[in-house]
Amino acid sequence: MPLHPVTIQRPAGPPRVHTGTTNFHGQAVTVACGTCHTTTPPNARTHTSAELDQFHQGLKYAHGELTCLSCHNPTNYDTLRLADGRSVEFTDVMTLCGQCHGPQLRDYQHGAHGGMTGYWDLSRGPRARNNCVNCHDPHSPEYPLARPVFPPRDRISVPVKASAANH
Amino acid sequence: MSQPTSIPAEGITRRDLFKGLGATLGLAAYAKALAPLTEWKPFESVEDFLQKHYSELSAVDLEVVLKRIEKDTKKQYGADVQVSADRPQPGVKFGYALNLSICIGCRKCAEACHKENNHDRPSHQSYIRVLEMSKGSLDLEKGNAHYDHPVPAKDKFYMPVQCQQCDHPPCVDVCPVEATWKEPDGIVVVDYNWCIGCRYCEAACPYHARRFNWTKPQIPAAEINPVQGYLSNRIRPQGVMEKCTFCLHRTRNGKLPACLEACPTGARVFGNLLDPDSEIRWVLQNKRVFVLKEELGTKPQFFYFFDA
Repeated sequence: MPLHPVTIQRPAGPPRVHTGTTNFHGQAVTVACGTCHTTTPPNARTHTSAELDQFHQGLKYAHGELTCLSCHNPTNYDTLRLADGRSVEFTDVMTLCGQCHGPQLRDYQHGAHGGMTGYWDLSRGPRARNNCVNCHDPHSPEYPLARPVFPPRDRISVPVKASAANH
Repeated sequence: MSQPTSIPAEGITRRDLFKGLGATLGLAAYAKALAPLTEWKPFESVEDFLQKHYSELSAVDLEVVLKRIEKDTKKQYGADVQVSADRPQPGVKFGYALNLSICIGCRKCAEACHKENNHDRPSHQSYIRVLEMSKGSLDLEKGNAHYDHPVPAKDKFYMPVQCQQCDHPPCVDVCPVEATWKEPDGIVVVDYNWCIGCRYCEAACPYHARRFNWTKPQIPAAEINPVQGYLSNRIRPQGVMEKCTFCLHRTRNGKLPACLEACPTGARVFGNLLDPDSEIRWVLQNKRVFVLKEELGTKPQFFYFFDA
């Protein structure tokens, strides 16, 4: 029996930079990274966002000891770069992440890491899966703090101090 | 001069007055205590009262019952719903695993359960209780379900607890009327129309996974999930037990449970334990999984693990 597909969401493509102007049709004008970076010499030593210029300033950066060029490709800023120097498309970002995060990639490939929706039984329907950057900001990949929703209203597992105060 | 206090031969003494007052108050309190019972309507109709046990219903009987429940739901809640009775699939036994290293305790699973399973809105009922635990301890008694601060907090981990779908379910053993049983695909179910509401099962469950409908569930018509199962998320009557069914109205049709789809971190893994290529089997074979209160011999089919 043919199985339904497992679709992994992908980033739309290389990011585009908003120029803050609109064109003749009233649409925002965006430019590719390469627009500036083809003429700006890369600085391999940059590894904090404070050293960055223009709109890059204020970027929250917390990804270990990596520098910008650990992942960004200095010969073509509209692609990414693997550790061995090969370039890789933004849409294939998982290949890049998986270089260092092997256990996570392994777990992902076996369905034990990353959110999904759809069917457990692929003979009956398809499944959609997140990719790394759906949940992790690549510049600051630690999962952010969240405000818990939906507090319980029963009296089970009330902390000892609080329950004693209520009685 | 001392004279013995004279006792009037007739009329009302203080003692009589207090006796009368006490009796009146007592009766009033008794009537107040019984009031919920007089309002309680255990059966919607004669057919409802005479309905047989789920396992004894013929295909025709079942069709009639499902139609009647749909009609009653329309009458009581004003919602058009479809109630089905999906059967266990051959060759399928459900298993669930949860990665405690990934869960952040956001409780989105509990909320998704609440909506999917048509739970009572005012009481925030849900089959999932998320416990905030101190790192280094697995003492469920010390878990706190009522935390309210950004998560994950420092030195804490979060343990969602729901029905463990035990292979030796103590809740089933204690039911005096066989209103709850384990299906061939591993799901412990309740026939809400057969349950007498004695709550023995709630007391017997070591995971506190069962819930009781103290009141008639209140849900606005617009919020009712119309895709319903007889043994799962149809709106329960007042006075019966309910529990997590791994969303069998979804999972028996191949879909993932609602709590898994809602998990923003991907901490949950669900699948068929009998399929050696399934995700759940990979987790069981490659992660150091454990079950809650293993020493009780309940053989849970819900597994927890930490990333090494």
